[in-house]
Formats: sequence, structure tokens, C-alpha cells
Amino acid sequence: MHPVRRQRLFFILFIVFFSSVAVGLMAFALRDNINLFYPPSMIVAGEVPLDRRIRAGGCVRPGSVSRDRETLETTFLLTDGIVDFRVHYTGILPDLFAEGEAAVVNGELRADGGFYATQVLAKHDEKYMPPEVAETMAAVSDGHDESCEVVQYGS
Amino acid sequence: MSNWQWFHRLGSPRWFYYKTEGWVPWLAAVSGILLVLGTVWGLAFAPPDYQQGNSYRIIYLHVPAAFLALIGYYVMAVAGAVGMIWRMKMAFVVMKSAAPIGAALTFLSLVTGAIWGKPTWGTWWEWDARITSMLILLFLYLGIMALQAAFQSRDAADKASALLALIGTVNIPIIYKSVDWWHTLHQPATLKLTSAPTIHSSMLYPLLTMILAFYIFYALVLILYTRAEILRREGRTQWVIDLVKEEAKKP
Repeated sequence: MHPVRRQRLFFILFIVFFSSVAVGLMAFALRDNINLFYPPSMIVAGEVPLDRRIRAGGCVRPGSVSRDRETLETTFLLTDGIVDFRVHYTGILPDLFAEGEAAVVNGELRADGGFYATQVLAKHDEKYMPPEVAETMAAVSDGHDESCEVVQYGS
Repeated sequence: MSNWQWFHRLGSPRWFYYKTEGWVPWLAAVSGILLVLGTVWGLAFAPPDYQQGNSYRIIYLHVPAAFLALIGYYVMAVAGAVGMIWRMKMAFVVMKSAAPIGAALTFLSLVTGAIWGKPTWGTWWEWDARITSMLILLFLYLGIMALQAAFQSRDAADKASALLALIGTVNIPIIYKSVDWWHTLHQPATLKLTSAPTIHSSMLYPLLTMILAFYIFYALVLILYTRAEILRREGRTQWVIDLVKEEAKKP
């Protein structure tokens, strides 16, 4: 390669490398702010601010959803497989909200340890399959297919 | 030196213009057939999803558009780098042509994602790492287009946009890995380089068809944009003047 072109090549590699390092360091420094939500472990350990709007996320623990008979109030547990916390929400839940599925809640953590949500979002997983296949898989499993198998919210 | 001949020929706008003339109808036909095939297969014949029902079908537009939006950025950045290193006119032409196509694909993936997000997540938009970094990609593409338009001097515009394109490459791995590095609302990748896809084969094959169709469609549109830009930039050269005269004679 011609020396002049080689010099330009190094100049370009230099730009790409150092801009990547700069952005990488920024992303590393801001990593807690880039996360959309707090995992259950941080909520339970009290590492999040109380009475301020925050987002929390986790897996809806199977069997924990209870709906009020008179109102739209719903409570459920969000878990990372180890610890969990209770979420109180009044309103309409998204269609894909279900036990054993991940959810992101937006609201405030109070001193009683309960999370009072004003918004519940269903976090969908990356699996796609036809209903028949899902039924077959549920039939061969031991009935615990709603078990938040791949929970990765532990920190 | 002879093995570099193709590279030098590629640097000639005239050679590129005439070489690609015959490719256009073929690329158009193949991408058209694959797009129709993939769309009909995905929308009408693929089974519904066990959780999302029919709303998942937007994947057949969303995923290919997002794929090509990311790959198209590398096409643009590599073209910019080649232009910077070898001072090759053609490379800058390709770089400029890739910007509006990439912007359109990024916009398409953002819009389809929002339309899917409303019934699935329960919101049109959430400022999570994947969605925000994708929005930055759109602004990078728009920034390249703005830089191209902002300079009087062709040379200055090309160098400035190549520089921005190269710096922007840092965003591509961030978009790709954002769902693994941070807690996001967006789900992790379904199609992965290292492991089996987590989508049933009856839904996967139409998706792969659509991705292939988008690749060929991208190549077609890039060539068309590049040819138009060649004529714009080479407007004063004799071969373009002759070409225009020839076209004018045709009925």
C-alpha cells in the first residue's frame, strides 16, 4: 500500500477506535441510567429511591396475580427467581400480561415494600411458535411451563 | 498490479454506470418475486403465534428492515473509508446514495416496532436502550444527508460525511447488543449468529425469505440511487452529454 494511503488508513482506524473508546466509557459510566428498569434484587435490597417515579421489572410469579372483585385493582409479585416484591396496580393490563411472563412496571416504591404502579407494560420474550406446538410442548412438560424459566434479572 | 484492476475499474463512474445497466431488471424481478412470496407466505400461510396471535406478523417487515438498516450503515461507512483512503469518487457516490435508503429502512423499523409495541407491550414508545439507539441511527443517517446538502464544495461535503459515518459506526454494535447489555423492554434477538433461532421453522422460513428479499431490494435501490448520483455528478463529462443526447433521440 502506498505510504500516503496507509497513513490515511491509520487515521481512519484511529478515529473509529478512539470514538468507540469514548462512547464505550460513556455507556459504562451511565450503565445504571441506560437500564430501563430496576431488577427485583435491587428493589428488595432497598437500593432504589422511595416515593419517586421509577421503573421496575421482573417475571410475574405464577399463581401470584389476584384481582379485586369490585374494582380494577390487581396485585401480583414480580420475581427474579430468588426474591420478589408486590405490585399494586389499578387499571387495564396489556393483553400479553400473564403469569410466568416478564413485565415492566412504572410507579413508586413505598415504605411498606409495595410497589404502586401507574403503568404496567408486558415485556415479550423472543420465542415464536404456532399454538399447536405450544400445546404439545405444554403437554410433554410437567405443567410448569409458566415458570419464568429464563429469568436473567439477577445482578 | 493486475489483481487490482477490478478495483480501479470500479472507481470509474462510467464503467459502473454501464456495467450495472443490465443488472437492474434482474435485481428488480428477483426482489419483486421474493418480496411477494415472503409477504404472502408470512401474512397468509404462516401459523399465528401462541401468545400474540396475528400481530406478530409485523416481524416480516420489522426484522428485515432493521437488519438492512444496520448493515446499510456499514455499507455507507466502508464506502466512506474507501473514499477517504483512495480518494475514490465512486466510493463517495455510494456513500451518499446509502444514506437516504438507510434512513428510510430505520424509519420503517421504528414505525413497525411502535405499531407492534402498542398491542404487545401496551405502549407505542419507551425510551429503552434498543429503541433509543435505533433513533440515534436515524439521526446519523439524516445527519449524513444534511452534511451532504450543507457544503458548497463537493469534496468537503464528502469528507465531512465520511467522517461522521465512520464515527457513527460505534452505534451499530451498541444497537445490536443493547438488549443483552442492559435491561430493556425490547426482547433479545430471535435470530442469533451463535445459536439456534427461537422461532418455529414454519414461521422462520418466510422470515428468511423476506430478509433475502430485502437484501436484494437494498442492492437494487442502492444501484439505482448510485446511477442517478453518477449522472448528477458527471453531468459535465462528455459521456454523460452523449448519453443524454442519445436518450433524447429515442421516441
